[in-house]
Amino acid sequence: MTVTWQNLADGLLLGSVYALMAVGIGLVFGVLRLVNFAYGQLVMAGAFALALASQWGWPAWAGIVLCFAVVLALSAAMEWVVFRPLRGHSPAVMLVATFAVAFLLQSIALLWFGSLGKIATSLTFLGRFWTIGGVDIRKIAIVAVIVAAVCLLLLSVLLERTEIGLHMRAASMDFSTARMLGVRANRVISFAVLISGALAAVVAVMLTVQTPLVTPDFALRDTIVVLAGVVVGGLNRPIPATLGGFAIGFATGVLGGALPTDQSQYLPTFVFVAVILVLLVRPRGLFDFSRTVERV
Amino acid sequence: MRRLHLDEVIAPVALVVAAALLGTLVSISTQTYFTDTLVKVSIVVALYVFIGNSGVLSFGHVSFVALGAWTAGVLTVPPGEKPAIMPNLAGFLQHRHVDNVESLILAAVVGGIAAFLVGIPLMRLSGLAAGIATFAVLEITHNLLQYQERIGPGLNAFSSVPETTGLRQAALGAVVCIVVAFLYARSRYGRLLRATREDDAAARAVGASVYRQRLVAFTASGFLAGLAGGLYVHLLPVQVNSVYLDLTFITLAMLVVGGATSLFGAVVGALAVSALDSWLSVAENGTSLLGWHIDLPAGSAEIVVGILMAAVLILRPSGLTGGRELRLRGVPWRGSASRAQG
Repeated sequence: MTVTWQNLADGLLLGSVYALMAVGIGLVFGVLRLVNFAYGQLVMAGAFALALASQWGWPAWAGIVLCFAVVLALSAAMEWVVFRPLRGHSPAVMLVATFAVAFLLQSIALLWFGSLGKIATSLTFLGRFWTIGGVDIRKIAIVAVIVAAVCLLLLSVLLERTEIGLHMRAASMDFSTARMLGVRANRVISFAVLISGALAAVVAVMLTVQTPLVTPDFALRDTIVVLAGVVVGGLNRPIPATLGGFAIGFATGVLGGALPTDQSQYLPTFVFVAVILVLLVRPRGLFDFSRTVERV
Repeated sequence: MRRLHLDEVIAPVALVVAAALLGTLVSISTQTYFTDTLVKVSIVVALYVFIGNSGVLSFGHVSFVALGAWTAGVLTVPPGEKPAIMPNLAGFLQHRHVDNVESLILAAVVGGIAAFLVGIPLMRLSGLAAGIATFAVLEITHNLLQYQERIGPGLNAFSSVPETTGLRQAALGAVVCIVVAFLYARSRYGRLLRATREDDAAARAVGASVYRQRLVAFTASGFLAGLAGGLYVHLLPVQVNSVYLDLTFITLAMLVVGGATSLFGAVVGALAVSALDSWLSVAENGTSLLGWHIDLPAGSAEIVVGILMAAVLILRPSGLTGGRELRLRGVPWRGSASRAQG
């Protein structure tokens, strides 16, 4: 196995995208204790918005605006119709309910767009190669790393420096105490869900550049891998969750390109065996070094 | 003497028998839906044995269904047809051939052994870590079965497996699963495991080993899932993607919709969701109900099922049965305060 610079660039690209998805899933988990399995379907909806916009001949910026509008509206609807009535139920019920939502959104996409899917072409210029020092690197890899870094920076400023950010951090630490101290539950949760939706829209843009063919199961596999990465990293804290997402994306991206085909077909096996091993050694997360223990 | 509460097993068995009898009244093409439903009942009961009693969510059980299907399938394809479907099959599997019942028993045994081996490391985990680790098992099984052509057909379907799972065999299989699940739940092991579900710390304090109890339940449910997989491959040409995510979602949803903490709930959930799904699939080809002609567009069955599953979970999160067993007399069992923890 030889790892080339291009493999590393692919790894960085996938790692950045998965890190953003990890943040999106982690934010909602922080305030709601809900693992949103339907997160991939938000990305899928955004990707279909981009595909439709390019089919209608809209300019790239209009497609991106449409993508954000669709994903944010869908996130708000999900919060309103599903998450709010389920608040406080057991994690299993909430997880299975988001399964049902994922299943539902996928079936709607299947009925609407068919299983062959659509192609999003308006941003293909980002998929072309740049030659830097004799190495071909797709522009999207660089764009993705920069966008992910900017998003994470903005998010950490938001969480650390603003009042709503403080409320969100308090809510994810101990929701009922935070409420008693005057944190408005609905406001904090809606805010977290919308930020998480905005991140899904960013991910939709980046993934459609990488794979322009949008099908109803778009981003489904990515969601599964990111969920594994997030739990491996440590779901209870934002930074470990993000690192976990990045690590599993980076590993998948590099190995997927560097391994020969007869080995890379078993890549999911390698990745998930590693996931199980990490969980056995550090069940609370690879990057979670905090000492808090769940009380009885 | 402890009462055995036989009515707790009679009610689910009666439902299965009723579904099977109803299936004898309809046309052959509709009968397939009933048979398929009864196989789903077996899978959901297998899920109940572990998830319902332990309160730990598992996404990995369909991998034992898959292993059961592979075992029964590989061993019952007529040897003459094996090279056509499975050209790269390992030597020792090429000429082995067993009959229907033996293949089902072997499917169950392979499912049970696989669950035991997987459970030895995994049962130390709980909560989300357990959920993700069992999901990882599903991914690994799917990946290996897809590309390992030495042990099965790879991406091809299991065609030319004798189609022995008719209504009778599916119903018998479901009844076997229900009886095993009932005996397990009423046994010392089942009671101890439910104690750990209700209050982990208190159960440990009286000496229950959470790890050992979960391992017993995981193995038992892997055994039943393997059996269900054997039944499934004798029903239709199973393919690697038919024992993967979709089946995992639908069977978990059936369990939670019915009420995860009771055997009755598992059976009711499987029957209710299957009945709805099958009826809608029929309605996609046009049907009539109470004089109305109904002709749904293709693909709408999944949408309606998705909406109803979400609705049941939102409006009645402890499931249609409330997670209680059906008691024909006396006070209903009140032991389901806390539900499965993910």
